[in-house]
Formats: sequence, C-alpha cells, structure tokens
Amino acid sequence: MTNPWTDIKNTDLVIVMGGNAAEAHPCGFKWVTEAKAHRGAKLIVVDPRFTRTASVADYYAPIRPGSDIVFLMAAINWMIQNDKVQWEYVRNYTNAALIVKDEFGWQDGLFSGYDPEKRDYDKSSWDYVIGDDGFAAIDMTLENPRCVWNLLKDHVSRYTPELVEQVCGTPKDRFLKIVQMIGECSATDKAMTSMYALGWTQHSKGAQNIRGMAMLQLILGNIGVRGGGMNALRGHSNIQGLTDIGLMSNLIPGYLNIPTEKEADWTTYMSSRQFKPLRPGQTSYWQNYPKFMVSFMKSMWGSAATAENDWAYDWLPKLDVPAYDVLRMFELMNAGQITNYFCQGFNPILAFPNRGKVTAALSKLKLLVTMDPLETETAHFWENHGEYNDVDTASIQTEVIELPTTSFAEDDGSLVNSGRWLQWHWAAGTPPGQAQRDTWIMAQIFQRVRKLYQDEGGVLPEPILNLTWDYADPLDPTAEELAKEMNGRALADVYDLTDKTKLVAAQGKQLANFGQYRDDGSTMGGCWIFAGCWTEDGNIMARRDNSDPDDTGTYLNWSFSWPMNRRILYNRASADLEGKAWDPARKLIEWNGEKWEGYDVPDISPTAKPGDVGPFIMNQEGMSRLFTRGLMRDGPFPTHMEPFESPIPNVFNEKMVGNPVARVFVSDAEQFGTSDEFPFVATSYRLTEHFHYWTKHNRINAALQPEFFVEISPELAAEKGIAKGGTVRVWSKRGSITAKALVSRRLRPLQCGDKLVHVIGIPLHWGFMGAARKGFGPNSLTPFVGDANIETPEYKAFLVNIEPATTEAVS
Amino acid sequence: MMARRIYSQSGDHIETTAPVTVSRYRGFTRANHWVTAASLIVLLLSGMALFHPSLYFLTALFGGGQVTRWLHPFVGILLFLSFLILFLQLWRLNLPRPEDATWVSHIGDVVRGEEEKLPELGKYNAGQKFIFWGMSALIVVLIGSGVMIWEQYFPQLVSIPVRRVAVLVHSLAAVAIILIFILHVYAAIWTRGTLRAMTRGTVTGGWAWRHHRKWLRELAGREKRDPAE
Amino acid sequence: MTTDPNVDSPRTAVSNPPIQPMKANLGAGDVMRASAMPDLAPPERELTPVAKLIDVSKCIGCKACQSACAEWNDTVPEIEHNVGMYENPHDLTPDMFTLMRFTEYDNPDTGEFEWLIRKDGCMHCADPGCLKACPAPGAIVQYTNGIVDFIHDNCIGCGYCVTGCPFNIPRVSKADHKSYKCTLCSDRVAVGQGPACAKACPTQAIVFGTKEDMLTHAEARVEDLKSRGYDNAGIYDPEGVGGTHVFYVLHHADKPALYSNLPEAPRISPVVEGWKGATKTVGLAAIGLAAVGSILHGLLGRANQVSAAEEHEAEELVERSERDA
Ligand SMILES: Nc1nc2c(c(=O)[nH]1)N[C@H]1C(S)=C(S)[C@@H](COP(=O)(O)OP(=O)(O)OC[C@H]3O[C@@H](n4cnc5c(=O)[nH]c(N)nc54)[C@H](O)[C@@H]3O)O[C@H]1N2
Ligand SMILES: Nc1nc2c(c(=O)[nH]1)N[C@H]1C(S)=C(S)[C@@H](COP(=O)(O)OP(=O)(O)OC[C@H]3O[C@@H](n4cnc5c(=O)[nH]c(N)nc54)[C@H](O)[C@@H]3O)O[C@H]1N2
Ligand code: HEM
Ligand code: HEM
Ligand code: SF4
Ligand code: SF4
Ligand code: SF4
Ligand code: SF4
Ligand code: SF4
Ligand SMILES: [Mo]
Repeated sequence: MTNPWTDIKNTDLVIVMGGNAAEAHPCGFKWVTEAKAHRGAKLIVVDPRFTRTASVADYYAPIRPGSDIVFLMAAINWMIQNDKVQWEYVRNYTNAALIVKDEFGWQDGLFSGYDPEKRDYDKSSWDYVIGDDGFAAIDMTLENPRCVWNLLKDHVSRYTPELVEQVCGTPKDRFLKIVQMIGECSATDKAMTSMYALGWTQHSKGAQNIRGMAMLQLILGNIGVRGGGMNALRGHSNIQGLTDIGLMSNLIPGYLNIPTEKEADWTTYMSSRQFKPLRPGQTSYWQNYPKFMVSFMKSMWGSAATAENDWAYDWLPKLDVPAYDVLRMFELMNAGQITNYFCQGFNPILAFPNRGKVTAALSKLKLLVTMDPLETETAHFWENHGEYNDVDTASIQTEVIELPTTSFAEDDGSLVNSGRWLQWHWAAGTPPGQAQRDTWIMAQIFQRVRKLYQDEGGVLPEPILNLTWDYADPLDPTAEELAKEMNGRALADVYDLTDKTKLVAAQGKQLANFGQYRDDGSTMGGCWIFAGCWTEDGNIMARRDNSDPDDTGTYLNWSFSWPMNRRILYNRASADLEGKAWDPARKLIEWNGEKWEGYDVPDISPTAKPGDVGPFIMNQEGMSRLFTRGLMRDGPFPTHMEPFESPIPNVFNEKMVGNPVARVFVSDAEQFGTSDEFPFVATSYRLTEHFHYWTKHNRINAALQPEFFVEISPELAAEKGIAKGGTVRVWSKRGSITAKALVSRRLRPLQCGDKLVHVIGIPLHWGFMGAARKGFGPNSLTPFVGDANIETPEYKAFLVNIEPATTEAVS
Repeated sequence: MMARRIYSQSGDHIETTAPVTVSRYRGFTRANHWVTAASLIVLLLSGMALFHPSLYFLTALFGGGQVTRWLHPFVGILLFLSFLILFLQLWRLNLPRPEDATWVSHIGDVVRGEEEKLPELGKYNAGQKFIFWGMSALIVVLIGSGVMIWEQYFPQLVSIPVRRVAVLVHSLAAVAIILIFILHVYAAIWTRGTLRAMTRGTVTGGWAWRHHRKWLRELAGREKRDPAE
Repeated sequence: MTTDPNVDSPRTAVSNPPIQPMKANLGAGDVMRASAMPDLAPPERELTPVAKLIDVSKCIGCKACQSACAEWNDTVPEIEHNVGMYENPHDLTPDMFTLMRFTEYDNPDTGEFEWLIRKDGCMHCADPGCLKACPAPGAIVQYTNGIVDFIHDNCIGCGYCVTGCPFNIPRVSKADHKSYKCTLCSDRVAVGQGPACAKACPTQAIVFGTKEDMLTHAEARVEDLKSRGYDNAGIYDPEGVGGTHVFYVLHHADKPALYSNLPEAPRISPVVEGWKGATKTVGLAAIGLAAVGSILHGLLGRANQVSAAEEHEAEELVERSERDA
C-alpha cells in the first residue's frame, strides 16, 4: 500500500476492484466504513460476483474475470475525453511530457519488438529519447506527438465504453456511471483510493492490471495524497514482511536483487544498480544502493566481508534463470530434479495450481519436511482419502517428516501489515506439545549443517562457515535479536557524510535510520528499509501511541512504518509545485521556505526546494511513470490480454493466447482447455469465514462454513438442471471435483458481444484434513501458468465444465 | 349367557343374591381405571405446577421443574393409552339413549337425589356419559395439543403461531378436563355406594336398583325373552 | 461515557471499555421482572437502559460476531452441511445465539440488486414475550438496564419461551434441556465491557452503549442512508414490544420483512396474552370453585344414599327372575 490502512478514512471514493476487501480484509475494511460514515465517501465494487463488499457498496458492476485492463484503459480514455485530469500533477509529476523513441509502437495487441520464438520482447524501443545532455527529452506543452501523454491518449483511444461492454460484459451504463464517479476525483479537493488484491494479481497479466489503476490514479492526481493511493491489500498477516525481507528467490532483503550469472563480479553488479538521474537536478534514491548492499553483506558475513573480497560477493548465489519461483520449483520437482523439500508454513497441494501435478511432484521427492503447527494436506499427500485424495499410497516412496511449529499467536515478533507498519506482538499463549518456534528449528538445523561442513567440508563451505551467528543462544535466536540485526548497527564509529567530525553513531550502537548506512563496511544492517525499527531508543515497533494531530490518520507514533517511519509514500506529491498542499484540508507536508514539514515524514530530502527535485525520488526522472520503459516484460502500457483459457478470443488479435510473454512449461501448455470443451469461466477466491486451508481445523470456523461449494447463477443452474444445495461435478482439462451447489443471483451471466458467459465461483478453503467436512478447493482445476512479471498463478480465470453429480459425494 | 345385551357389558353379572351384589367391573378394568386415574392426577398436579406460578411449588412433588417437565407428557401418553382401553370397552354403553333426554330434563331431581322421578336407566346415566365423552374428547385434544408443544421431542412439529394456539388449547382443555374430573370424582363419592364399583368391582343390588335399574333388570334376566334358555 | 461502576449502570459504548478489572456490577438487586414471579421485590436501583445497535447497512456479513459469540459463551456449534446458502449453522441453535441471515433482493424502485444481511438474535424486548410465557420462577429475568437474561439454573426446558417470543429466538438444548439465547453479554456488561460480538465487529455495524446514545447514533446513520438514496431508511425499535434493547438501522425500514422475515409489527401474540392472562385466572378460579364447591356440598349437602327398601326391591327383582328362569 502506498498509504496506511488508517488513511482510507480520508477518502471520498473507494474503488474495490480486483479484490474483495470486506471478506478478505474485514478489519481493514473498517476504514472504508469510517470514510463512508464520517465523510460521506462512496464505495464502488467491480467484481465478477456480487460480493459481501458489494453488499455495502453504493454502486456495483460485474466484470468478466480477466478483462480488467479493458475497463481500466477505457476509464483512462474517458478521463482524457472528458477532461477529468489533474493537469498540473500529470504535467509535472508524471512522465507525460517525456518523449519516447520513434521505434516504439503497438499493433495487433503487441508492442514493438515481439519475438514469438522467444516469447519475449526486445524492449530497446520502449524508452525515452535521451538528449545530448544525457537527460530525457521533454515537451512541457504536451504537444509533441511522441510524448508519453499523446502516446497514451492514442493507446487508450481504442478502449471505448462499447468495447468494455463487449469484452468485460459490464453493461455500458454501469461503466459510465462508475467513470463519472471516478472522474470527480480529478479535482484537487477530492481523492479516490484503490483497494485491490488477487482479483488483479492472479492473472497472467496481473501486474498490468495494477499498472492500469496506478496510471488512472496518477491522472487523477491521487498518488501521495491523503485518502488516495494504490492500496494492495496484502494477504497473510506478514506477507508484506515476507516480501520486504526478500523471501523471493530473486530478492535480497529490502528489494535489493540477487545477482544473476551475468553479474559475475561486484562492479558489474553495481554498475546496473546505481541509476543515473534522467532529469537535471534530480536525485535518484538508488544511488544509495551500495550502502544498503554493503551493510547487508556485513550483516551476513561480518568481518569476513571486506572491501578486498568485494564484501564476499562470491558467496552470494547467482541466478541462472530470472527466478526460482514456486511454479518453476514444482516443475523441477516434477521432473525429478529436486529431491528434498522443506515446506515451511505452506500447503502447496491445496494452494498451488494443478494439484495433480503438485502431488506427482511431491511423490518424486526423497524427503519432504513440513514445518507447520497443523497436520496439513501436504504433509499427508500420500494418504488415500477416497475421492478427496485418491492416491496410490504404496507407490509413493517419499519420506515425510512433520516438524510441529508454534503459530503466530504463540511467539513474539513483528508483523508487517499492508500499510508497511512493523507492529510488534507478544505471545498470547504457550505452544502445545513439542511445538517449537520456526527460528528454533532453523537454528538447530543450521548448527548441525555448519558442523557437517566443518567436519566434512563440501562445495563452497565459506558462506556457511562464515555466516554471522552471534546470538546469545546460537540454538535459539530471539525475535529481539533478529529485529535488531535487521535494523542495523554501527560496526565502527560512523560520522556525518558532510561533516566528518560529527559522530552520528558510535561503534556498537543501533542505527537510527538507513541514512546512517555506509558503504565502507562501518555499518551492518539486514534490511535497509527496516532501519529505524529498533534504535537506541528501543523497540520502535512496540510503540502504541495513537495520537494523531489534525486527524490525518498517519499516527506517526504508533509502531514503525518503513521506510523511515513514513506513512504515505510519495507524500511530496500531495503539494503543488510551490510546495503548498493541493487541498489545504488534506495537508500532509508543506515547504515552509526552508524545509518540508507537516504530519508525515517527507518522502523527499527535507531541504530539497520545490521545483528542484521531482517527487518520485525512486525513479531516475523523479516522475512517476505512465509509460514504464522496459521495466515490465509485457509492455510499457497495459494492453488487453485474455487469460490463457478464455471463452472469447482477444479482440485485438484472434491468434494471441493469454499473455504472449508469460512463461509456459511445455507439459502445461498441453493441459490448457478450450471453450468448446469447457464453456464456463471459473474464478477462485476466499470466503470471510475461513483463512485458506488452516482455519478448517478450527471447530468454530468450520461450523460457520462447513462444506465445500461452488457458486453459480440461477440461469446456469436451470440450464444444467442443478438444484440449490445439490451436488455437482466441475472439471477442467486438469482435474475434476465435486461440490455442493450454491445457486445465487449474485452471479449473473455476462453478455460479452454475442457470447453469453457464465461464471462459476469456487472458494478455496477445503481439503481432507481438519474439522470441516472433506472437500476440494479449486486447485485440482487451475492452470499451471503465472504472471509474466512475477509468476503469480492464474487462479482467477480458467475454463471448466459443470454437471449435476450422479452420485452424492460422501461426506 | 345372554344373547344380546343392551344395557350391560359382557362380564357384568349378579354375583350373590342375598343380599344382591352385582359385579360391575372386572379386575382388569378396575386396574386400568386406576392407572388412568393416577395418570390424570399426576398430569393434573404436574400440569397445574406449570399452569400458574402460585402452583409451581407442586413441581417439588416430582423432584423439581425439570422432572415435572419431562414426566408430564409421558404420563399423558400413559393416560391416553390406558384411557383408550377403557374407551374401547365402554363406549357402546355410553352411547346416548332416549331415556337420557328425560334424565337430563330432570337434572334438578338428580341433583337433589330424588331419583324416584327419573326414568329407569341402563349401566350409565347421562351424567356419566357426559363425563365419559367429555373426557374422551378432551384427552384427544390434550394429546394432540400436548404433542405439538412437546419441546423435548417435537420442537419443530408445528410452527410457532400454531404452537401458541396449541398451548392455549391445551390449557383450556386441561381446565375443562379438571372440571370434569372434579365432577366425576365428586359424583362418585356423593353417590354413595359407587366407589366400591371401582374398588371391589361390585355394587349392591339396591344401588343398581336405584341408579341403573334397566341394567339390573337385564342382568336379572327380566327382559330376557329367549325361550331356549 | 462513564465506566465508573459507582456512578452509573454497567455499560460501555462505542468508546474503549475500561482495561482495569471491575467488580461484577449487575446482580439480583437489578432485576425488575422475573418469570413466574409476580410479587418480585422492586429493584434496588434504576440502571440506565443500554442497547446494542445493529446497523444492517454497515454489516458485511463476516460472521465475526457469530464466532466471537461462540468463543465468549464457550459454545460449540455443530459442523453442518452446505445446503446451498450462506447461513451456517442454518438456524439459531442452543450453541449459536446469533446468526447472520442473508437475503437476495431485487429492488423494484431502483432496479438494483441488493444482498441484505441481518444479524439475528435476541432483541431484548422491553416487554419480553419469553418472560411472559415462562412458567419457571426466575428462569428469565429482566434487569433495569433492559437486558433480558435466562437464568439456566431455574430453567426447566419447557420451551414456553419459544412460544412466547415474537422473534423466534430461544432454542432449547437437547443436551441439558435448558433454553439458550443471546444474553446481551450480561456477564461482560456487568464488568464494564461491551458485548463480545460488538467488540469483534470489524465495521462497527454493532455498537453498544446507552439506549439514548444509540438512538442518537442511529438517527445519524439514518440520515447518512437517506443521503445515499435510501429514502425509507429508519430505525427498527418496535413499539409493539415496548421497544427493544437490541435494535436495527435498516435501509428499508418500511419493509422489515425483507430482512429474512423480520416481523413487521412484532408484539406478544394475543394468543399468548390470552393463554397467560384470562385462561390462567379464569381457569384457576373455575377449578378452585369446582373443588371447593364440591367439598362444601359434600360436607353440608345430603349424600345420595341407597335405602334398605331399594336393596329389598333389588332382591325381589333378582329372585323373581330366578324363579322365572
Ligand atoms: N477471510 C480470509 N481473508 C483473507 C484470506 C483468507 O484466506 N480468508 N487470505 C488472505 C490472503 S493470503 C490474500 S492474498 C488476500 C486476498 O484478498 P482478495 O484478493 O480480496 O481475495 P480473493 O477472494 O482471492 O479475490 C477477490 C475477488 O476477486 C474477484 N475476481 C476474480 N477474478 C477477477 C477479475 O478478473 N477481475 C476483478 N475485478 N475481480 C476478480 C473474485 O470474485 C473475488 O471476489 O486475502 C487475505 N485475507
Ligand atoms: N485457486 C486459488 N489458489 C490459491 C489462491 C487463490 O486465490 N485461488 N490464493 C493463493 C494465495 S494468495 C495464497 S497466500 C496461498 C495460501 O496458501 P498457504 O500459504 O499454503 O495457505 P495457508 O493455509 O495460509 O498455509 C499456511 C500454513 O502455515 C501454517 N502456519 C501458521 N502459522 C505458522 C507459523 O508460525 N510457522 C509455520 N511454520 N507455519 C505456520 C498454517 O498452519 C498453514 O498450514 O494460496 C494460494 N492459492
Ligand atoms: C394427553 C397427553 C398430554 C400430553 C402429551 C401433554 C403434554 C404437555 C406438555 C408438553 C406440556 C408443556 C409442559 C411440559 O413439557 O411438561 C403440558 C402442559 C400442561 N399440561 Fe399437559 N399433556 C397431556 C395431558 C394433560 C392432561 C390430561 C392435563 C390435565 C390434567 C394436562 C394439563 C396440563 C397443564 C395444566 C399444563 C400447563 C399448561 C400451562 O402452563 O398453561 N395435560 N402438557
Ligand atoms: C380419584 C379419582 C377417581 C375416582 C375416585 C373414580 C371413581 C370412579 C368410580 C367409582 C367409577 C364407577 C362409577 C360407576 O360404575 O358408575 C368410575 C368409573 C369411571 N371412571 Fe373414574 N374415578 C377417578 C378418576 C377417573 C379418571 C381420571 C378418569 C378418566 C380420565 C376416569 C374415568 C372413568 C370412567 C370412564 C368410568 C366408567 C364410567 C363411565 O363410563 O362413566 N375416572 N370412576
Ligand atoms: S487477519 Fe484477523 S485482524 Fe486481520 S482482517 Fe483478518 S480477521 Fe481481521
Ligand atoms: S426477543 Fe424473544 S427471547 Fe428476546 S427478549 Fe424478546 S421475547 Fe425474549
Ligand atoms: S424453557 Fe426455560 S426459560 Fe424457557 S420458558 Fe421454559 S423454563 Fe422458562
Ligand atoms: S451480545 Fe453476547 S451473547 Fe449476545 S450475540 Fe453478542 S456475543 Fe452473543
Ligand atoms: S461482525 Fe459485524 S460486520 Fe461482521 S457479520 Fe457481525 S455484524 Fe456484520
Ligand atoms: Mo495470499
């Protein structure tokens, strides 16, 4: 989220599209209720189903799963056509005025540079014209036909309300009503907030969905302001922390990158990281990259990481592929190339697409270790549970070890919420039986592995032997110790960069913020964005002061928000060119003639004069990007792409299937179905009564939603002779499930051109373990393909067929 | 013995002649009657305990409210069954006859105990028949309404509005049957010599002569016209 | 809102409840009515009436209130089947004191589809039909703050409360044969905490405080709804039962039946009134009169005796017939 949860109370219009905030984030949703109750804010929901969020919305429109880009581009088109643009913002704070290379173009649904063989783009044309001064060319009048604005205008001109109706199945009048409501928020005294989650991410072009809304928000001038923002509602309580801490195969904590094989040495690696400013006077924040990186390396290997050995750069793994995402891992496992799998707090046979493939993959392992408080389906994948897990136990040779862990309620630590707040929590109960904290288990394993390396050697033992492990009890690091390590501390006295006599942190002291990080080895810090969470003042995450001057919703003294305790990202953009708030009633920070000050921590150098430095300091041009240059694999603008399994062909290019650059493994391509065989669109989602696959172990949750079902419209029920509460069979090219039928007018068939599209909703919470009734989830059916940029599986749009089940499912 | 009885039950017979005693109820019938009577008394006490707060103390007789609550309907069933047996035996002789009308029209004499002016009667007089039919009808009403309000086993049997009517009907029927019961018991006591019909099974000849002369005559064979005997 | 136990009634409101432990401050002395106890001593003090307001228009049907209720009351609702609807359990049960009920509604006036979600449960009527119907002394009590509570020790499980309630709320347990329903968390209120469901409700669709405050709050909510085009938005605090201490804000207050058959004009059924009123007095009187009358008549009046002459007549009759035979 660019803004914290609490800020949503400041909004005038909430659009929940690509998510179901009331059901999946009920507690956060309270801020929507606040905005409605205290500001008269309106709520719009766009969802294939009339959800519980829609039940409290002011306006709802249905949409065909996987067609959001059309809706969003049409919304941008409408804003441009109807002059609902925050012009000053767009001109100065976005890259609208920058000039793009002549070679860049779009045709038949594809951008310039497409190579069908490689399923990839040559992105060299997707960039600005760089002038002789080394800076990007610009035309502040926005008249140059090659400026981003005019390219965008042309790009979105195809997306008309009629196209929305034809592709999305959203009735035109509903679309128009919604864009009118949105358009009002281009005024400086009105803000819209976007709340989204998996309805946008779980598509083969998920990242582009989000780009679409981000662009719309920029055009309305809603980024960086109170009550605005792009608010990704994160999933698990600490999933934000997980991404922050770099639990992705291609990331280092704090969104630094794991080197690739091509970056064989430190200098090569660094050369492509320290971005050079693209506009005069601009500071590019990533120029600090070496400080963060060196401090990270020092936190890993301490005194063994030196300037001489390039901070032990050689000990970092180097990627041979863009990422070892989970899809790839299971592909490899299924190919027999992975033999041991540690599965920590994850239930892949229920959570992951194409359960058949996942089960086959697990069956090929030698060893599967699960670390979980519960007996998961994954740990029991080899057990035959009748139709619910019909495996041949005797043929599975995988050895399974279940290590019982504590749950979040049984240990201390911090959770990072969607609003980037690191909130400390305290154990609320004692763990049962032999359950141990995850850190305890990992420390035990690590110590034993290190011993093996010590005793027996091995390939590249250094990173393991030299790993810093200075915890009071090496077999049981505490949450406090880990938090301090993430924050960082001075390894030697650290002096001010401009005034070398001014001591900022004495040796051994906790650092106050990442401004104190150094690239000379004098500081260490595990995760630069977390710097400030545990300083010499103690545990900042444990603060619980809810004072809030001017009711801004920033709550600067409540816990800690990364980065730098900043609550609203890009808050410099809440003020105009002179540094005055666009809307005095929404003041966040203002330029007082000498520095920036206000209710939030400025997202700009406090002394950077307005006009000198652009507000989007993480970008080389200091501007936000309506045109993303080469940063996205599938295009600098979002363009409509159908899901891999779609009931209708792409309107721009009949032959284009799915996202043309998404990675597809060969065996999975064979398992895509077509609409002749599988005429219905399925989408999967969660229900408010359950959390994934583990609350079904809880009797009360199980009582509140006891049994697996699918949701269908009365029209489809009538067509197929399905009765309310009856049992149905749903199948895709990859598998088959049985479920109870919930027939509801909340699902409507969508008229997409001349095709009537029926949507089947499949909630995901059932399995064969736990207290609830045994059932399936959607993932016996879902396709094994992910987003082109980040590999999030396409869970939200796939094709199935349905029929009443002849035999009643055993229950 | 007799080919066709009109005023008496098979089994009714003159037991001794000097003095005359007439057998009115077999042992089984008497036992059954007392089961019925005991059930009704239990029902009355347990029902009345729930009927009015001032009588709630009666639950103590049964070991508290919970026991009273579950016991009552079961005893109701017992009552119904035992009364059913009684009913099957007795209904024929309780069918109205022309002389009943005369009897009713002389109800004043009945109350004053001046039976000389009354017509000769079979085994039962109109008052008894009224009690018989009244009890029969009310027991049906009570069991019907009682089951509808039987929370423990039939909570969903009828809708709540119906249930409200049922409980009202049950209460009213209960009051009615209690009144009839009082009448019945009082009549049995007031009409001296009656009780022994239900205790020993016999009545004296004089009692039979006075109250149910036709019945006596039939048993004595006076009406018997069959030459073969 | 005060939470000082000495100042006023135990109550909390939308604001945070006290975090200091408080002595239970709601007891026998606060009972103003008790079932089958017509001569109850008057309460020792008058508490400020409290109320739980359920703003249906804010409710997202998340069932957090249901789960909080089960957690707090330590009940274990049954794990049923899915029968093609969102209501689970399918009805109120002795182990589920509150239930979200879902209704799909095509609004003919606006042409919009609506999904109306109502939290069902005891309304804590000022004139409680359950209490009126209950035959067991003290099994149902009403406190001066308006809470209607079942005292299970006194309950005999007859189910009359079910019959008496205009909202179809109480449920008698098959396990212990006692009747259960929402207590308005009287045990929490007694120590200055609001109901568990209100505490859990993420959207503050459930709020708790003095009835007065809640009415003010509700009126503001109705204004907001009217501004959003719900012209018939209103408060559901039915007169017929003297008002309730759990009440609703509805978008369609003119059509409460839309919300899973919320009664249009609830009141204690006249049948129940008749059953508990005239029937009892008249019935008891009739029985009493009959009993006393017959005893008196028995004592004072002349019994219906059989005379010796009649015995003789009988003997003659029998002899004659024997002779004839
Ligand atoms: N109760 C509960 N809450 C949870 C979780 C849980 O399991 N249970 N899980 C947590 C986790 S890990 C996550 S990631 C979040 C997810 O939070 P959400 O993304 O909000 O949850 P979902 O239910 O997966 O999907 C949201 C909605 O997307 C809609 N949708 C499907 N396809 C499309 C589409 O193409 N376009 C649009 N516009 N909408 C579409 C679905 O109908 C659904 O209503 O929830 C978190 N919160
Ligand atoms: N079709 C379809 N599939 C989906 C989705 C969808 O929308 N549609 N959503 C996807 C999304 S967004 C997500 S996040 C995944 C969720 O998939 P998972 O993450 O596999 O789901 P959970 O059930 O949350 O699994 C987490 C496990 O962590 C355990 N756990 C809890 N606390 C701890 C702890 O402290 N330590 C350890 N070691 N374990 C702990 C729990 O017991 C549980 O078994 O599902 C994905 N799958
Ligand atoms: C014939 C079968 C009967 C059945 C099944 C039956 C059942 C019931 C039931 C279920 C109740 C509710 C209380 C409880 O559950 O215990 C009840 C109440 C009552 N019953 Fe019966 N009953 C029967 C017969 C009778 C009879 C014969 C009488 C009269 C003597 C009677 C008098 C009452 C009374 C007075 C109440 C209380 C009603 C009130 O509170 O208004 N019942 N009965
Ligand atoms: C303490 C209570 C009772 C007493 C003292 C009592 C006494 C008697 C007596 C003495 C008779 C014989 C009368 C006769 O032969 O003319 C009789 C008959 C009878 N009693 Fe009872 N009774 C009692 C309770 C009941 C109850 C509760 C019922 C039914 C619910 C009942 C039903 C009958 C019936 C059906 C007869 C046969 C006569 C007839 O059909 O009218 N009695 N009872
Ligand atoms: S995780 Fe818990 S606190 Fe967060 S929204 Fe869900 S229910 Fe509420
Ligand atoms: S709603 Fe029913 S149970 Fe609750 S107080 Fe009113 S009558 Fe009693
Ligand atoms: S079941 Fe209990 S609370 Fe209900 S009426 Fe009977 S005694 Fe009273
Ligand atoms: S007030 Fe208490 S008992 Fe009543 S529904 Fe809420 S949590 Fe349950
Ligand atoms: S907790 Fe609140 S929002 Fe959730 S279902 Fe209950 S009343 Fe509705
Ligand atoms: Mo997630």
